[in-house]
Amino acid sequence: MKKDEIILAIETSCDETAVAIVKNGTELLANIVASQIESHKRFGGVVPEVASRHHVEQITIVIDEALIKAELEPVDLTAVAVTEGPGLVGALLIGVNAAKAFAFAHGLPLVPVHHIAGHIYANRLVKEMTFPLLSLIVSGGHTELVLMEEHGTFKVIGETRDDAAGEAYDKVARTLNMPYPGGPHIDKLAQEGEPNIDLPRAWLEPESLDFSFSGLKSAVINTVHNATQRGEVIKPEDLAASFQASVVDVLVEKTFRAAEQNGVKQVLLAGGVAANKGLRKALEERFNNTGYDLVIPPLHLCTDNAAMIAAAGSVAYQKGTRADMALNGVPGLDLEAQ
Amino acid sequence: MKVLAIDTSNLVMGIAVMDEGKVLGEYITNLKKNHSIRVMPAIEQLMKETGVRPAELDRIVVAKGPGSYTGVRIGVTIAKTLAWTLKKELVGISSLEVLAQSGKYFNGFTVPLFDARRTQLFTGLYGQAESGEFENLCEDRIILLKDWLEKLQTTDKKILFVGNDLPLHQETISEVLGSQAVFGHVSDHNPRPSELGRIGMQREPDEIHSFTPSYLQLAEAEVNWLKSQGK
Ligand SMILES: [Zn+2]
Repeated sequence: MKKDEIILAIETSCDETAVAIVKNGTELLANIVASQIESHKRFGGVVPEVASRHHVEQITIVIDEALIKAELEPVDLTAVAVTEGPGLVGALLIGVNAAKAFAFAHGLPLVPVHHIAGHIYANRLVKEMTFPLLSLIVSGGHTELVLMEEHGTFKVIGETRDDAAGEAYDKVARTLNMPYPGGPHIDKLAQEGEPNIDLPRAWLEPESLDFSFSGLKSAVINTVHNATQRGEVIKPEDLAASFQASVVDVLVEKTFRAAEQNGVKQVLLAGGVAANKGLRKALEERFNNTGYDLVIPPLHLCTDNAAMIAAAGSVAYQKGTRADMALNGVPGLDLEAQ
Repeated sequence: MKVLAIDTSNLVMGIAVMDEGKVLGEYITNLKKNHSIRVMPAIEQLMKETGVRPAELDRIVVAKGPGSYTGVRIGVTIAKTLAWTLKKELVGISSLEVLAQSGKYFNGFTVPLFDARRTQLFTGLYGQAESGEFENLCEDRIILLKDWLEKLQTTDKKILFVGNDLPLHQETISEVLGSQAVFGHVSDHNPRPSELGRIGMQREPDEIHSFTPSYLQLAEAEVNWLKSQGK
């Protein structure tokens, strides 16, 4: 009988201290996330120094919880995976150094993982991947279309030229005086409004699969500003719905175009903005009866977590990817170099 | 008692492996290089050389700051993780106390210092207590050099200053304190990890999960937020 592969993974690239344990690449044994969102709310965004301080406070507690939840001891583990980057450097360093110390203490192999590879592999905890596949990654820091021909190889075929979609959500939310993080609030508000305000859609060059959201963000701010000047009242619900429609239109259409161009079998949604109901619904409608296998993971696997790092770490481990004790956090880590 | 001592709290990176009455090995560099890349390989190497396996350790001692926020966190994260996962004891020691040990036989006070930018210092006052022990006499703090020197002027003993950042402030110190100030030699300015380990052996262990660095100041965003709240 083949021995089970059990990977403990650590993720601290932004404001979640997360540890998960995954068996044989797909079976989730523990998935613990200590969120700092309450702490950062008062600042209106993630403050790197504060995030790093919280990570140090949480890290051993969260590793401990994961092992207890999985009812495992370090001796039962096959390897330790950790987010190498991209992310906030001070935050990444906590996870990386904890992972190194843990691996050293127990003589375990250390596997470095790219955060975006993690987001994509969250899908594998839901459904096995079929190649070639296309993944749309949308989060506070990323908006990318990634093509995969096989496990562990990534080709970025589209990306944002300015703001990430999640960033645009946060900024627009601030314009509408909503609390941080803005994404969920806009999504909720959008469900109650009508997309009746004309906002731009950045299609860029005809062939381009890239994105741009800064123009849209400015258009929203101008619309609010002009209305105020004229003494008119814009229903926030309608503005949210119109903004969301503009973002979602472009995301969905470019994803569909990329799927067609590359003859993929599967289309995956990944990243924190995948929690957005409007985006999920629009993707489902667009890909309905098209022959593509659309996979959208449950919400808790879309936002930052370590289960996805373990899932990606499993594939990297099988491919022989290893790091030594000199592993460092790399804030601008390149996905294609993986 | 087998001890691993780790100090990454400032530019000097130090590691020591000790066995009760013996310093088995010590590694010190004073370089502007990345602790995150270098410290675990150094620990791995030193433990291998000294023949101490992680599971054989009884205690991990870490310099808990003050110092570079990132630097302190690297050492503390490694120490916490090792101690907790190996089920060993953890002891945190002030980075200033470690540096102050350069003056433990000095007849007078010892003032260790790290530059904290904007003419501020991380510093404290150390010396022989009434018990005869060399210990902290005036608690670690972040303070303007000017204010600190005013305070030190009121003492009645010679004061030994140690720390690699001394060249930045030596002139001002001399101006204010004159012959009351004594400056350490070049070999006195690196905090020694074996001193960290030695002090750590004598202290009560800390609670591991709740252990945090000693930053001695709030994050800037916290300060601004408190101000905005009128606190
Ligand atoms: Zn993410």
